[in-house]
Amino acid sequence: MEVSYFPGCTLKQTAKNFETSAISSSKLLGIELKELSRWNCCGTVYSLATDDSMHHLAPIRNLIRVQEEGSKEVVTLCSMCYNTLKQANELVRAEPDRLQKLNDFMYLEEDYKPDLEVYHLVTYIKDNVGYEKLKDKVTNPLSGLKVAVYYGCLLLRPDSIKLDDRENPRIMEDMMEALGAEVIDFPYHNECCGSYHTLGKRDLVIERTNKIISEAKLDGADVLVLSCPECDFNLDHRQKNTLEKYPSFETMPVLYFTQLMNIALGGDLADCGFELNYIDPIPLLKDKGILK
Amino acid sequence: MKRIGVFVCHCGLNIAGSVDIDKIVEEVSKLNHIVYVKNYIFLCSQPGQQMVEDIVKEHNLDGFIVANCSPTLHEKTFRNTAIRAGMNPYFVEVANIREQSSWPHSKEKKKATQKALLIIKATIKKLVKNLDYHSKRVDLTKRALIIGGGIAGIQAALDIADGGYEVVLLDRQQSIGGHMAQISETFPTLDCPQCIMTPKMTEVGNHPKIILRTYSEVEEVTGFIGNFTVKIRKKATSVDWTKCTGCGECIAKCPAKPLSVFDCFLSKGTAMYRDFEQAVPSFPVINRDACLYFQKGVCRICEKVCPIDAIDFEQQDEIVEEQVGAIIIATGYDLMPMSEQGEYGAGKYKDVIDGMQFERLLASTGPYAGDVKRPSDEKVPDSVVFIQCAGSRDPESNYPYCSKVCCMYIAKQALLYKHNVHHGQAYIFYIDIRSTGKGYEEFVQRVQEESGVIYIRGKASKVFKRGDKMVVWGVDTLTGQTVEIETDLVVLASAMIPSSGAFTLASKTRLATDKYGWFSEAHPKLRPVESVTGGYYLAGAAQAPKDIPETVTHASGAASKVLALFSNDFLESDPIIVQVDPEICNRCGYCEAVCAYDAVKLNSKTKIAEVNEVLCEGCGACAATCPSGAISHRNNTRSQIFDMISVATEDYKEITTKFDK
Amino acid sequence: MKINIKNEEIRSERVLRIEEIAGENIFKCYQCGKCSAGCPSADQMDLLPNQVVRNLQIGKVDAVLNSKSIWICASCFMCWTRCPRGVNLTALFEACRQVKLRENIDEVGLKQTIQEAEEMDIPQIAVISVLRKLTS
Repeated sequence: MEVSYFPGCTLKQTAKNFETSAISSSKLLGIELKELSRWNCCGTVYSLATDDSMHHLAPIRNLIRVQEEGSKEVVTLCSMCYNTLKQANELVRAEPDRLQKLNDFMYLEEDYKPDLEVYHLVTYIKDNVGYEKLKDKVTNPLSGLKVAVYYGCLLLRPDSIKLDDRENPRIMEDMMEALGAEVIDFPYHNECCGSYHTLGKRDLVIERTNKIISEAKLDGADVLVLSCPECDFNLDHRQKNTLEKYPSFETMPVLYFTQLMNIALGGDLADCGFELNYIDPIPLLKDKGILK
Repeated sequence: MKRIGVFVCHCGLNIAGSVDIDKIVEEVSKLNHIVYVKNYIFLCSQPGQQMVEDIVKEHNLDGFIVANCSPTLHEKTFRNTAIRAGMNPYFVEVANIREQSSWPHSKEKKKATQKALLIIKATIKKLVKNLDYHSKRVDLTKRALIIGGGIAGIQAALDIADGGYEVVLLDRQQSIGGHMAQISETFPTLDCPQCIMTPKMTEVGNHPKIILRTYSEVEEVTGFIGNFTVKIRKKATSVDWTKCTGCGECIAKCPAKPLSVFDCFLSKGTAMYRDFEQAVPSFPVINRDACLYFQKGVCRICEKVCPIDAIDFEQQDEIVEEQVGAIIIATGYDLMPMSEQGEYGAGKYKDVIDGMQFERLLASTGPYAGDVKRPSDEKVPDSVVFIQCAGSRDPESNYPYCSKVCCMYIAKQALLYKHNVHHGQAYIFYIDIRSTGKGYEEFVQRVQEESGVIYIRGKASKVFKRGDKMVVWGVDTLTGQTVEIETDLVVLASAMIPSSGAFTLASKTRLATDKYGWFSEAHPKLRPVESVTGGYYLAGAAQAPKDIPETVTHASGAASKVLALFSNDFLESDPIIVQVDPEICNRCGYCEAVCAYDAVKLNSKTKIAEVNEVLCEGCGACAATCPSGAISHRNNTRSQIFDMISVATEDYKEITTKFDK
Repeated sequence: MKINIKNEEIRSERVLRIEEIAGENIFKCYQCGKCSAGCPSADQMDLLPNQVVRNLQIGKVDAVLNSKSIWICASCFMCWTRCPRGVNLTALFEACRQVKLRENIDEVGLKQTIQEAEEMDIPQIAVISVLRKLTS
């Protein structure tokens, strides 16, 4: 099956490995992620001011692009893109006047009719492939790998866009179990990584990284799995700075869920792009017998 | 009606101060049908009533009007006067010239007089069309059914039975006792239920006027106040209770060990069980879902050890019928399901428990005989964190109301924990402390002073596991800092919700509840123990969260209402209700839908509306709703009301006539 | 540690403006503190989330607008989703930021931000988020 796919800026730059592993693993599941022929910035952060329509132009314009291609569904990977696109979509559904205003402003574009759905790839796989079938397609199970699933904020909050129960979600855990991994109870799964403060308030992020990774360690995790290039930067790349500040800090590989899925489904290792991971996961994966 | 009298009251200067009484008397005397008009300073006084009575007799009046105050004050007074004078009391009407004329127009004598006259004239117009209705007598069964055998049901049952009337006390569990039996000690006096409640349970068991029906549920209720027929499902106990002596031999030998419901799943019980040692009745039942014989076809050890051959595996549910005149709903409460509080790890971690589970841990009859051990590994907790308002006061995700008892029982639990674990430290996250009962505030102060409990003013946000510890994230809003506590055990003061089954019972009895399932009282202030429907009364937490003293008060209140009802030998129905003209009724059923008293129903065969004269309160909602005009309100018919309107608006006649054209 | 509570500050134009931008009624808050208890960034803040709302309730807008807290909040939505009264604190914080940004008072310098981003190879979404949240 083919589905419209919105990549977002970061997946073309610092998080290329998220995209390549997603495309590869999706293909192995029979899903063709068809990148929109035209797209722009998703807006990155959803505007919360009631009197601000300007900042909803970007996400709605992207949804018009989806509409132009005759698609009723668009899949995203990045949590920020997912959150912003989906919240904006929910907003214009709830507020027809706002939609009218946005459509009027973009008078050169066709009108957006808010009848399409924004999906995160996890939900899309669960709904369209199913975890039973996913399990069947696993050729290289992640046996013995203890995984802490990290959702962060934007896949679970606010309620209008949540992938699953906001306090005790299972959707990514169940996926990891289908891939053969052992999921540990990780209560920091829905905490915030510090997000964009990585730029300007680095110390704040170091504190978060220290807490989140150390807690995962304490809970017995081998790796942390996530779905956001922002979280990934903070929790993986910022381990360097964390180690500088806290010499006894123990590092841990941080992976996109798609990287693990690609391995488990027997995809090309090159598509995992592990060279972009700061903490190299390969030794661990070899140690576990998952990689030869 | 040919001979009408009009009595005009001065009400001191309340009426006479702004209404020209002489003018009224003069004008009214000129009207048709009026044979006698009299004014008096205080009609409601004894001499005033006597005067009215004498005049009615002397002048052979067949109806009269009192022009005075609101009918809610003295309509009944003068209807009684009419009865004494040998007249149909429903030929008495009140013309309210005080609240509707002299008071609002106290400084405009002319207007007040004119309006008073119109009111009297309109009332005369109505009275002449009144028909000769009489009240009906209905038999009354002086027996009560109480649904729910917790402390509310027990109290109400004893009060009514001590009043000399028979009571059927029903409980779906094996024993009466309810939640109070599960509690360790009660605030603020720290009495244990074994000391204060078991005697009452025994009294219920032995009372000659109380028929116990435990392990039974209401199947169907038909009838109305004074005359209910209740079908009760006696669930199969698998033990012949007529033979059983309650020796307990079968329980001791039962090999199947399901989790104990009474211990809130913190210990293992047996498939052959009674709720607890002091259960009333003491006869056991088989939990068929756990019984090896029922599940796997093997065992039957109970049968072998029973010395009197009372085990009956073939027993079936049985439906029995009870005739009663009044029903008390005493179904109590439950705590909200743990699964609804994800942020507190409730239902996920064994060492996050609710308040009732902690009661069991504290109780001397509990899983560890009163030693506090945590469920996961039986470690004695070095500290316990209590979280108040877990689900209560939370309209966004759970329940908007305050559960009322948690502030007190958490304080008590912290104290008892400290009594039990001397080195232990208790922390209580709270928003406010609500301690409004007698001796309650003093109790909380004592707990704070003596037990070293740390009260932390702020609501906790998250609970999770770290190693073998539970971690609680909260805030101390008093110092303005967030808080992390590592502890051994977390107790949630989970919101109280109506007992499971409240909605089912409400639909079987057609009683009103609020959206959460609490049974609705007839008036929130002045009729708190009566339900909206006649013959049903409410006792205890079935109506709203209550603690034990309040529950007992409420239950005794309900019992006194039942006793008052039973003090009558028959019920007399007010005839001023609605009636249906079957020839006009178009069977639409709108009347049935609007009736708040379940008094109007479509006949199952003819589909024509029928009024239950006992249940009808005469509110008139159906008459106003009926699109075909088939329902009329006796002595308030459309023609009477339009007559009154046309008299009252006669000054505007010219205008309205023009408008009509 | 003493403030004067003044009639004219309570529900002042400035408070109403913040409520309007956020689309929220600050008096829904009954100060239970659950927002602060769960806020991942509370340990970095000078005013806890509940204190931000409290200051607005008693009309102390400057205390809020001059706080670090409103800039530390990263809109993770934890406070709002767990609030028993459903107070959208996330939007209230955004409104406070907006009030300042709309006066063209930037929290971070543009040049410096871009420069740091390039040096560190910061993900693009972080750069745009900072520009969106912290500059006008």
